[in-house]
Amino acid sequence: MTKWQIFKNGVFNENPIFRLVLGMCATLAVTTAVVNGLGMGIATTFVLTGSNVIIALLRNFIPQEIRIPAYIVVIATFTTIVDKTMAAILPDLHQVLGIFIPLIVVNCIVLARAEAFASKHNALEATMDGLGMGLGFTLALTMVCVIRELLGTGTLLEARDFGFAGFHLFPEDLGAKLLILPPGAFITLGLLMAGINWFVGRRGEKKDD
Amino acid sequence: MTDYVLIVLGSIFINNFITSRFLGICPFLGVSKQVETATGMGLAVTFVMALASGITYWVQKTLVKHDIAFLQTITFILVIAVLVQFVEMVIKKSSPVLYRALGIYLPLITTNCAVLGVTIINVNENYNFLQSVVSGIGGALGFSLLLILFAGIRERLALAPLPKAMEGFPIALITAGLISIAFLGFSGFNLAALLNL
Repeated sequence: MTKWQIFKNGVFNENPIFRLVLGMCATLAVTTAVVNGLGMGIATTFVLTGSNVIIALLRNFIPQEIRIPAYIVVIATFTTIVDKTMAAILPDLHQVLGIFIPLIVVNCIVLARAEAFASKHNALEATMDGLGMGLGFTLALTMVCVIRELLGTGTLLEARDFGFAGFHLFPEDLGAKLLILPPGAFITLGLLMAGINWFVGRRGEKKDD
Repeated sequence: MTDYVLIVLGSIFINNFITSRFLGICPFLGVSKQVETATGMGLAVTFVMALASGITYWVQKTLVKHDIAFLQTITFILVIAVLVQFVEMVIKKSSPVLYRALGIYLPLITTNCAVLGVTIINVNENYNFLQSVVSGIGGALGFSLLLILFAGIRERLALAPLPKAMEGFPIALITAGLISIAFLGFSGFNLAALLNL
């Protein structure tokens, strides 16, 4: 596989959320607004790429038996870096994402890529995999966010940290409040996933013909 | 006493881990195809969450004492990983019956974000030792309740005729959404006033 294919693989064929169904907690919890989704996506991409590189570099030095605890320490280090940096420069976003920033450490995607990819490839390939998976995760999060924020509040891209009030597309009273409440997360993601399955299935049938 | 009842009822119905906090969704979707396995997973999680809540309380105290609270995430996840391994060994030696029931679920618990989640929530809420343990047990009970309910629904769902694109995760997520709407009815419930009556 070339570097580009590795990158593309993470974004489309093995999209962490829609294809691998990993990292559901963060996906459901933070997707109430596009800014939160982007913030979470970027934070996860950083941890994913950073830990992939370090684990790929150390792969010949980590003993087989204790590899999982070793991976967890590397991942937790990067998570702490993101947590503290975000608290310092984007306090509002950090407040909203709250507990889900330290919880990146138990996001299944990160450990899954460390075990399935980074431990068997060189640092450059691991970087591409981290970036691709991270972008795929961010894109999927943003898709859910756009639907929930727009239909739920009538506003798009509200970003308090950057002093941006967002685009008001229709009055808030007309928004479907359920979408920004917890049930909306489950239902939006469920329908979106069904839509993607249908689309992929149909494309597959056409190819077979 | 009311304090503890409040924490337990609150974390089962109002701030349920699955329906309102979104913690532990992976096992919720992954291990909910049969009621029996769901019960096993629920038991294992309750056990580990109660222990983890108690231990991390003292760990956090030590971290704060030495002024290294920024190591919270790293230490907590290591403590949980070690704890899970330890619990697995103890159960294997002492109770083969329990081990057969919980065995395969135990390793999965390390990456269950509900466990790390509850320990961080305990710290953020400034709970004392007993409150932490009770909040761990309450959270886990809420998680188990949802897991078992959901497994019951999914057992029937497996027989339902569905469009191909909806099979598996999509319909499971939508079902979870409907359960979550039901639990939304508990939000804003004033437990404190109710218990003082």
